[in-house]
Amino acid sequence: MSDAGADWEETSPERLYVITGGRSGSSSPTGLDLVTLIVARSGPRPGMQPEHEAIVRICQAPLSVAEISAYLSLPVSVVTVLLSDLLAEDKVLARAPVRAAALPDRALIEAVIDGLQKL
Amino acid sequence: MDFRSSEQALGPRSEDVLPTTATAAVKVVIVGGFGVGKTTLVGSVSEIRPLTTEETMTQAGVGVDDTAGVERKTSTTVAMDFGRISINEELVLYLFGTPGQQRFWFLWRGLFEGALGAVVLVDTRRLEVSFDVIGRLEERGVPFVVAVNSFPEAPSYPVDELRGALDLPASVPIVLCDARSRTSSRDVLMALMHYLQALATAQEVG
Repeated sequence: MSDAGADWEETSPERLYVITGGRSGSSSPTGLDLVTLIVARSGPRPGMQPEHEAIVRICQAPLSVAEISAYLSLPVSVVTVLLSDLLAEDKVLARAPVRAAALPDRALIEAVIDGLQKL
Repeated sequence: MDFRSSEQALGPRSEDVLPTTATAAVKVVIVGGFGVGKTTLVGSVSEIRPLTTEETMTQAGVGVDDTAGVERKTSTTVAMDFGRISINEELVLYLFGTPGQQRFWFLWRGLFEGALGAVVLVDTRRLEVSFDVIGRLEERGVPFVVAVNSFPEAPSYPVDELRGALDLPASVPIVLCDARSRTSSRDVLMALMHYLQALATAQEVG
């Protein structure tokens, strides 16, 4: 909806290809969801690829994959590739989302209702 | 203090940082046609200013004529706005507003997988755009409620009439809302949660 401000150069296929070394999100079996929370295990290190460094920097506190994508202005598919590198190197931790099976757990729904009531 | 995308590039503002105790996240998807108020709804309940994630769509899916002699592949950027509500110290709820067209849903892999449920946001002036969305959600087994965004100039219909027009089973809740209002948008989410609660109870009993 809000395509305004979308920068075509920033997300040109060529640039994204370079960032991921030509890999695509579909080949990474990381199981990362839009709402998987990512936390860095330590601070950024010298010599890291700038995009890796940026992720580690902003993930000093937990952030979802979607938020990382928004803050870095990179597609989720690209962020997923970068995160799979960082996960493989133990630079970040992934906290898997609570996955609703067929139907979400009642305790979970009740927790959400309690939280919403406080809004 | 609006730096637009450069502001985003700095990372979260200090007040937008989640506590380190945040260990689990859940999501709800707000689906609706263009201009129906998805971003307004997300923005009115979100604790952070809505953020935008983008995905690029190349080749198939782009309705551009394949003109001979055009060497460069066309790519389109599709944006999805989302917001966040901290439910408690551990649990975070994310709200994603996505266009009704199904071809966009595949851009964000797993958008609906693991979602608690969905809200179909409806404008009574353009009910027809909701038919397809509702059908797709039913097919995928995603539980949803219908929220009718009350635009001042839009005709208002009795809920029964809307249910008939949308061919909705009696069990699916329809709520009226004003997406600009925090309380009203909160109540839409609450309606979805109560519906999910009822579904879970029914399953336990059955």
